[in-house]
Amino acid sequence: MFAFILSRILQALPVMLTVALISFAMFAYVGDPVAIMLGQDFTEAQRDALVRELGLDQPFFVQFAKFVVNAAQGEFGLSYRLSRPVAELIAERAPATLELAFCAAALALLVGVPMGVYTGLYRNSWLSRFFLTFSLIGVSLPTFLIGILLILIFSVWLGWLPSFGRGDVVQLGWWSTGFLTWSGIRALILPSITLGLFQLTLIMRLVRAEMLEVLRTDYIKFARARGLPNRAVHFGHALKNTLVPVITIAGLQLGAIIAFAIVTETVFQWPGMGLLFIQSVNAADIPVMAAYLLLIALVFVVINLVVDLLYYAVDPRLRVERGAVRGA
Amino acid sequence: MAALLEVRNLRVEFPTRRGVLTALDGVSFDIAAGEVLGVVGESGAGKSMTGAAIIGLLEPPGRIAGGEIRLDGQRIDNLPYERMRRIRGKEIGAIFQDPLTTLNPLYTVGRQLVETMQVHLGIGAAEARRRAIGWLEHVGIPAAAQRVDSYPHEFSGGMRQRVVIALALCAEPRLVVADEPTTALDVSIQAQIIALLKRLTREKGTAVMLITHDMGVIAETADRVAVMYAGRIAEIGPVREVVKHPRHPYSVGLMASIPPLDRRVERLAQIEGAMPRLSAIPPGCAFNPRCPHAFDRCRAERPELLEAGATRAACWLYDPASEKHVPESAIHG
Repeated sequence: MFAFILSRILQALPVMLTVALISFAMFAYVGDPVAIMLGQDFTEAQRDALVRELGLDQPFFVQFAKFVVNAAQGEFGLSYRLSRPVAELIAERAPATLELAFCAAALALLVGVPMGVYTGLYRNSWLSRFFLTFSLIGVSLPTFLIGILLILIFSVWLGWLPSFGRGDVVQLGWWSTGFLTWSGIRALILPSITLGLFQLTLIMRLVRAEMLEVLRTDYIKFARARGLPNRAVHFGHALKNTLVPVITIAGLQLGAIIAFAIVTETVFQWPGMGLLFIQSVNAADIPVMAAYLLLIALVFVVINLVVDLLYYAVDPRLRVERGAVRGA
Repeated sequence: MAALLEVRNLRVEFPTRRGVLTALDGVSFDIAAGEVLGVVGESGAGKSMTGAAIIGLLEPPGRIAGGEIRLDGQRIDNLPYERMRRIRGKEIGAIFQDPLTTLNPLYTVGRQLVETMQVHLGIGAAEARRRAIGWLEHVGIPAAAQRVDSYPHEFSGGMRQRVVIALALCAEPRLVVADEPTTALDVSIQAQIIALLKRLTREKGTAVMLITHDMGVIAETADRVAVMYAGRIAEIGPVREVVKHPRHPYSVGLMASIPPLDRRVERLAQIEGAMPRLSAIPPGCAFNPRCPHAFDRCRAERPELLEAGATRAACWLYDPASEKHVPESAIHG
């Protein structure tokens, strides 16, 4: 198991380096940091001094190596826009995004999986048809429209829920949480639905398709022929066999939720990383953009590792193949 | 003594967009306690369909449209799902064709045995596990105490079919429907599996409905044999009679198409034509377009099973009232 994790981490290194190269390239090709930092009036001497100070006169590989070493330590320099360390800015914003992503993912899984099982088992019931129609809306309506519609209905017309912000947050060390206050929880509801709805419908449709597939298999027929109760057949034998593809998609979708919360965060003015990113793009705040890019790559790499480990937990056939490879 | 399983005029239909297809039509037979009934016929003759109807697991939209199935005199063809579920596994076991796909890949074989026994026998987990190991030993899995925690993919095909047999028999049913239990196996394994099935069912006095298209298996194992054609029973009788002296022209063709091992033949014998599709079963006897002996009555009236020597055949040749009543020697001649 340890060897497997190690090999996965080694495989992830080239990915991270490539992403690092791309974010590093942004510094060189998206605007001139020296010009940005010096402003309108400067002398040639000031300019040269800054170039030396920033190390921009050194060869490309030296600069890149420095960038990678700094990045590995969470050091991305100062934000052009806010003149504060990038790492600090991201650490400040990350809890908001992660809490939102957690709620959206929980919603998608806890509602999407049972709905998928139900629609797979009772293909022709009117409730299944309703779920499927509803899922088409979730898949096809763009996120920003869903967010705006929800705000219109629940904030403007009904006045039940706040239309923007995180509500009151409680600081637990450096982590700010909205889970501990009533207004924080209320503020999470609409953005979570907005962010999770697409994933919910996607997971529901995936589980449904997998269930239909699995229910046709011989081992399900045999489980029925052995007289096992429906509950054991459906949730024990069938659902577990749908999990491998569902875990894959759910993992990638969790990454997508974190990475692409940008739209939802913009609609709800949610003070998370996505909003920070979009503001940084507007201001050509390259250090923040570069750090965000690397962070998201890291999130995907970690999620992929977790997904791979979950495969082994779910499917014993994979455990043996790996054992055989190790034995060879 | 009444038969353990009685099937009377069983009719299975599949409603489709282009009308109702009749997959089984007027199928009747009995299986006595402890008896092995072989069921043979070409693919699509309705062998597996009959088995599925008996265990109550017809693929929708297929449904039993007529007739009766009785187990110990009690009707089981019209039971609600939950009551039939309690009969499946407990009273009627099932063995499927492909052992590579009939076991759930994500659960150990022990767990699958334990859950089956716990559902039907109401025993505790520890007792069920003890019995699971016993069953694995019984079906010839070496080192059963360790193998009980293995997953299906850690067994070979033949070993998996042994596990499937253990699963089918572990709640000690009185009837086992074995649908092509050896078809997916290596020839060298087939004999072992058949011998195992024979030994276990004889020990427990379990009746078997053995569906196969392998006449060798039938000859080896069955007490009686039913030949099916186009969703009907063409001939049924003691296995020796049907194999050595088939009466129905279709059975005659079927037996003749087994290549002899003791002499070279120029051409393999075959029955001219093909079995009709379910949507185009001819009137009268379903076999009449391919039958060398067909006469007018065969095209007009459907024959019931008639006494034909030691067997019963659905063929007008054996009706003394037919204008073309032929003694059996004429067919074999």
